Amino acid sequence: MTLLVGTRKGLFSLERGRNGWQIGSTDFLGEPVTAAVVGHDGATYAALGTGHFGSHIWRREPGAKFVEVGAPAFPERPADATDVSPMTKTPWPWTVQLLWTLENGPAARPDELWCGTVPGGLFRSSDRGASWELVRSLWDMPERTSWFGGGYDWPGIHSISCDPRSADTMLIAISCGGAWITDDAGATWAPTHGMRNEYMPPGEEYGPIVQDPHRVARCAAEPDVVWNQHHNGCFRSVDGGRNWTEITERPPAVFGFAVAAHPTDPNTAWFAPAIKDEMRIPVNGKLVVSRTTDGGKSFQVFGDGLPSEHAYDLIYRHSLEVDATGDTLVMGSTTGSLWVSENAGENWTTVSANLPPIHFTRFV
Amino acid sequence: MLGAMPTVSFTANLRRHVDCPAATVQGSTVAECLAAYFEEHPQVRSYVLDEQARVRKHVAVFVGSEQLTDPAAQSDPVGSTTEITVMQALSGG
Repeated sequence: MTLLVGTRKGLFSLERGRNGWQIGSTDFLGEPVTAAVVGHDGATYAALGTGHFGSHIWRREPGAKFVEVGAPAFPERPADATDVSPMTKTPWPWTVQLLWTLENGPAARPDELWCGTVPGGLFRSSDRGASWELVRSLWDMPERTSWFGGGYDWPGIHSISCDPRSADTMLIAISCGGAWITDDAGATWAPTHGMRNEYMPPGEEYGPIVQDPHRVARCAAEPDVVWNQHHNGCFRSVDGGRNWTEITERPPAVFGFAVAAHPTDPNTAWFAPAIKDEMRIPVNGKLVVSRTTDGGKSFQVFGDGLPSEHAYDLIYRHSLEVDATGDTLVMGSTTGSLWVSENAGENWTTVSANLPPIHFTRFV
Repeated sequence: MLGAMPTVSFTANLRRHVDCPAATVQGSTVAECLAAYFEEHPQVRSYVLDEQARVRKHVAVFVGSEQLTDPAAQSDPVGSTTEITVMQALSGG
């Protein structure tokens, strides 16, 4: 098993040796690596945001070097387009600003890859990344123009989850644009219900289009169970994300960005809480992981091996991941610390405290 | 000068990402010169221009010693000996 860690200054590949997890190789040193996935074909796909020179995708066949392939690109913005930000009234940019997530398509279509971007574009490749096509059915929905930016100026698609039981069913989540499901391979999309945004005006709290799910994660073995770390708190679904139930009590706080779903146990998930939206640091400067093993009815809080005072690490959306056994977890922070747990989150070991800001972690 | 043509060259910072040797091209505007260059080196295009064919926000183009005045359409005229230089603007940390 290899652990990929994407950072603001390169991609790091870690292996488990006799003395624990260590950095084995580095790629793209100095460059922001914003997402990566290992495809059904065994190739590694890495998304680069070069800052000055746009976003690009590189592919590495097993044992070979990375080579650049195609990258998502928006079509020409029509002269009569009227899409503007609901907040600033600025015209939507039809240009990729961030390749935020890369995911595989269903196993039945092994050459298929998906990419979510800022602004909120969903792109599909059917040829292992050589070419990409904007999913117009989503982009052209009138509701899209109601989405708004969260941490970025424009909304973005950060979570893409295929249903392993049905090649044509997919759940996506958008900050801030709710979560949407297709059952026909992206031809049509339906909003999902039950998320709550406390900060919206009275009567608008449950509007499905204005929700800010920070990250959704599906139980691989029981795909109807999906966890949702939302801006406003924590939610769980038992019908594939179509309806969400709020979990209002979670120590030490319900705010956070990341969630990891146990691969086989639908009642177990991990979260990395922070104080609240206007105070995005660990509670009391103590970094912890909250785990439920009963479907969110109760939580255990684990901090052993994590910094216990003056810790200001934030665990961002794609930086709390679990392996296929459910025993090994990795957590990376915006201040460049990386920890691993090999007993389901109960104890943690520092792998590095000196990495660049971490964009994502992924076991492959 | 008989046979003189505009040239296009790139900052070394871009050469780290993509093969972009300096070249002479035909064209009477920066847009035409860049289009001619991208015809020969298609992979370079998306590093310099965005999807709407504008010069990327953090890319600077010099026409001789002057900054490009029309990053949206690159209509700036070029002469037969003009050197077009693609640089990066300063940003980030």
